[in-house]
Amino acid sequence: MSGKGMNLTLKIWRQNSSEKKGRMVDYKVSDISEHMSFLEMMDVLNEQLIATGEEPVAFDHDCREGICGMCSMYINGEAHGPDRGITTCQLHMRMFNDGDTITIEPWRASAFPVIKDLVVDRTSFERIQQAGGFIAVNTSGNTQDANAIPISKHAADEAMDAATCIGCGACVATCKNSSAMLFVGAKISQYALLPQGQVEAPDRVKNMVAQMDLEGFGNCTNTGACEIECPKGISLDNIARMNRELIKSNFIK
Amino acid sequence: MKLDSKVPKGPIKDKWTTYKDKINLVNPANKRLIDVIVVGTGLAGGSASATLAELGYNVKAFAYQDSPRRAHSIAAQGGINAAKNYQGDGDSNYRLFYDTVKGGDYRSREANVYRLAEVSANIIDQCVAQGVPFARDYGGLLDNRSFGGVLVSRTFYAKGQTGQQLLLGAYSAMNRQIARGKIEMYNRHEMLDLVVIDGKARGIITRNLITGEVERHSAHAVVIASGGYGNVYFLSTNAMGSNATAAWKVHKKGAFFANPCYTQIHPTCIPRSGDYQSKLTLMSESLRNDGRIWVPKHMKDAKAIQAGKLRPTEILEEDRDYYLERRYPAFGNLVPRDVASRAAKERCDAGYGVNATGEAVYLDFATAIQRYGKEQAKIQGIDNATPEKITQLGEKIVEAKYGNLFQMYEKIVDENPYKTPMMIYPATHYTMGGVWVDYNLMTTIPGCYAIGEANFSDHGANRLGASALMQGLADGYFVLPYTIGDYLSNDIRTGPISTEAPEFEAAEKAVRSRLDFFIKNKGTKSVDHFHKRLGKVMWNNVGMARNEKDLKAAIQEIQQIREEFWKDVTVPGEPNQMNPELEKAGRVADFLELGELFAMDALERTESCGGHFREESVEEDGPQKGEAKRNDEEFTFVSAWEYKGDPKDAVLHKEHLEFNDIELKQRSYK
Repeated sequence: MSGKGMNLTLKIWRQNSSEKKGRMVDYKVSDISEHMSFLEMMDVLNEQLIATGEEPVAFDHDCREGICGMCSMYINGEAHGPDRGITTCQLHMRMFNDGDTITIEPWRASAFPVIKDLVVDRTSFERIQQAGGFIAVNTSGNTQDANAIPISKHAADEAMDAATCIGCGACVATCKNSSAMLFVGAKISQYALLPQGQVEAPDRVKNMVAQMDLEGFGNCTNTGACEIECPKGISLDNIARMNRELIKSNFIK
Repeated sequence: MKLDSKVPKGPIKDKWTTYKDKINLVNPANKRLIDVIVVGTGLAGGSASATLAELGYNVKAFAYQDSPRRAHSIAAQGGINAAKNYQGDGDSNYRLFYDTVKGGDYRSREANVYRLAEVSANIIDQCVAQGVPFARDYGGLLDNRSFGGVLVSRTFYAKGQTGQQLLLGAYSAMNRQIARGKIEMYNRHEMLDLVVIDGKARGIITRNLITGEVERHSAHAVVIASGGYGNVYFLSTNAMGSNATAAWKVHKKGAFFANPCYTQIHPTCIPRSGDYQSKLTLMSESLRNDGRIWVPKHMKDAKAIQAGKLRPTEILEEDRDYYLERRYPAFGNLVPRDVASRAAKERCDAGYGVNATGEAVYLDFATAIQRYGKEQAKIQGIDNATPEKITQLGEKIVEAKYGNLFQMYEKIVDENPYKTPMMIYPATHYTMGGVWVDYNLMTTIPGCYAIGEANFSDHGANRLGASALMQGLADGYFVLPYTIGDYLSNDIRTGPISTEAPEFEAAEKAVRSRLDFFIKNKGTKSVDHFHKRLGKVMWNNVGMARNEKDLKAAIQEIQQIREEFWKDVTVPGEPNQMNPELEKAGRVADFLELGELFAMDALERTESCGGHFREESVEEDGPQKGEAKRNDEEFTFVSAWEYKGDPKDAVLHKEHLEFNDIELKQRSYK
């Protein structure tokens, strides 16, 4: 690499554990190639910190190809940073300019407490799924043939669009109410659109919504920020469908 | 110790059925008294955890991520094979079995592969019942696509996110059992050792990755489902956290490690761009359905491209070398992965690579765009369509088929693949080798099982596309739940296993002292420094083509790096809190041992087979000239290595492979 990479100032949230107080700390990185991914830039910073005996910045990441849902940075005031339809690991440094100051924070929501630095605890999402995010079918080896119930391509495609949610929590992080309705709505929708999901539909929506409220997520006021920041483009329609399913469930005993 | 594969007697078609009829069962009341540990929650571990819990066992599942849903199975793009024959194109259990054995270059165990083919159809039924939204056609029935190395369409898919949807299915089944209390889920926990008591696997030692606490967990059986070891190369398509530690720990406690040299180098990945690179990104094999692979025919064009003075679109059709179509007319661009990868390397080594580093070839959609465009013009009744119109119509079709992959490419490379050909290069993707298991999926340690990519079982020396998802789910949903019951039927009177046993004490002590060592060592180089060096040796000397001289050099270099690592590694921070560098240090320490065994295995196997290509073993004449040359007389066996304290002292055991139902043939895709 030639010496014409970017020089950047990073303002990063450092917090040693959930009990300790956190603060923003400034760091400098230099000669950053525009072809680097954002997380590779963070790797460079961490190598620099290790070399000087400092503790590197903890951040969640794993697949680095936008599908595991692990990475979760709030960059310059935007969940997953200044690009659309991507996760933090798919953000590239060509979105920034030489001399920029970049602010990096963890997801902020009371239902997502900080574990360390940029790592947050998202097990509230786990508990919502455990409350009903499944179809109760045992593994038996003799379920009916996969083609026994035809499903319209339209319904299957729409269920797939809802099912692409990666559970990263960007919707919650970006919402002024810290609402998890896009996440929960997507899961409810996937099953509501498929014949296999019908039997348990009323209980599912009641139980998942109740758990969502219990975890301390806020309500939806239809600002639509979640849809814009969602790396998988999950549509607000899913929230509408969840509400419809919830109302419907009140009429079914 | 003699290896016993425990393959049941009888005709291959009846083995599994007869086996299931005869094994011992555990009654439902007794299952409640039995604990099973599952390490890893991808397709294999997730499906096994859920099914074992449904059966009534008490399951403890462990994942290093913050949720089972994030295991790297999530990243599988293309699809899952099943012998449903929905397309009526002549598919059957036998054909899937045959293709898989042939695709694996005749180095897998027949009985296991047949069973895999046999249960494949059940997987699709099960997943649909769980609400997995597979692609469908307009009649509402399931759609299929075709993958490399086969002549039928048997691959089921959910857009380019099949692994994600299958894993979310297994995860939902797990959630149901977590809610019932039948699975105790340990997220952000890493297994750091296996505990063996009286010769049986009875528990594990873990580290809580949030608090740093070292914990003891006991069970009547331990299942390793922790995936493959591709990250031994540092750069691979694996997730950053993917590691071999769980598998390596059971190896060190007595489980044999099989065929470590069988690695899949996937042909269609985005080429590397710089030293800072942390991982490589795969582009689905499905792209080879429509993309044509080429390099310039003339050296002067290649040189001009490498220097940035010529654009690929400026090279005339007759000056391009579509080398896969030229060398393999029958399968063309859809040859199996090992063949496609080697062919790319051959052209790039000869100097025809198409980027600055000379390590890239083109994957070109221009022909497909024109073909689809003309077809669309006809369908839409547009007479005298302009070339621009045809291109526009064609691009629309290509976008509908591969839009998400094209977008991913453009985000990374910053070039528009509709207008200029994609650049691709092979990268480490999957490891066929792994912990040796018998027909029951049990390792050489009684009560310790290995499933999914973590074992060596079904793919031989090369894995066909869409077969990994099939194997993971087959093992977890349909095979292990039977076979483990047969073993556990002897444990109904054992009662809970105490974690106070001296074996737990000793294992915990060893784990703690290693963690302390890393923190206190205060060397001068980071963990990544050593990992990158190891990766470079592995890629250069134990990569796509291997030879005696380089392998011997690799073994020495790895020993050297390992020695320096233990002297000079530095791990900042504390052990009793979240510490990602400490996690990495342990994993890299294990890779530094595994890498050596890997190279030793590659050195030992002087034949070429599947993903393992020895430059000394090549067809010298005839129509197959230049192709890989297998040596069935000497090498029709599984290499199973026994740990003896240092990788160089490992002892080789051989499981001879018998082929009664398939004739051993040269694998020709010409």
